[in-house]
Amino acid sequence: MAVRVSPDPFDPGAETNAFLAAGQGAGAAVTFTGVVRSRPDDPITALTLECYPELAVNQLASIVDRAKTRFGLLAATVIHRYGTLAPGEPIVQVMTLSPHREAAFKGAEFLMDYLKTDAPFWKQETGPGGTHWVEAKAEDDVAKARWE
Amino acid sequence: MKILYFAWLRERLNRGEEEVSPPAEVATVADLIDWLATRDEAFALAVEKRSLIKAAVDAKLVAHTAPIAGAKVVALFPR
Repeated sequence: MAVRVSPDPFDPGAETNAFLAAGQGAGAAVTFTGVVRSRPDDPITALTLECYPELAVNQLASIVDRAKTRFGLLAATVIHRYGTLAPGEPIVQVMTLSPHREAAFKGAEFLMDYLKTDAPFWKQETGPGGTHWVEAKAEDDVAKARWE
Repeated sequence: MKILYFAWLRERLNRGEEEVSPPAEVATVADLIDWLATRDEAFALAVEKRSLIKAAVDAKLVAHTAPIAGAKVVALFPR
């Protein structure tokens, strides 16, 4: 399946191997895994991702279709978790497959840039200072705009 | 029609969903937000800055100008 939105943990290595195994004839695969970040100067103990799953699947499927068409990808997959995650846990995995590396890299970047702005996930961080919602970032809009 | 709320909008309203029956003149998402704001002061305050609120009709992302006729579920949520 090209899009999976789930509260269940996933194994990035196993997902990559399964994706590669289905990609006969490709010359390039790019995988990106986003993980829960906790820095020493900005520590968090948990990240809760709220989601509207039906809309997320529709939005991500549309973004994947656009990426495949635009970059001539042989395959593209997006896996996204929701629920409460600990630092270091994978949140999202984007994988692209194409005959050549440039399309695979660009396709993965396109998918992440659109995902960050157009998919309905809301982040709530919990740290020593309490819990707060993470606001939408202007730089994410800028990153997406470069594809328009 | 069911209305779904997410993230800080859900928290501020203290509810994740509700059933409403807007009058016939409520034709678009923007009309619906205006109508909901007239019924509920907390909602009016929460959506004061309309540009922060996005909407989906039957799990499809839409603009505030989108029609809601025949919609089963309208979701309202922050950017």
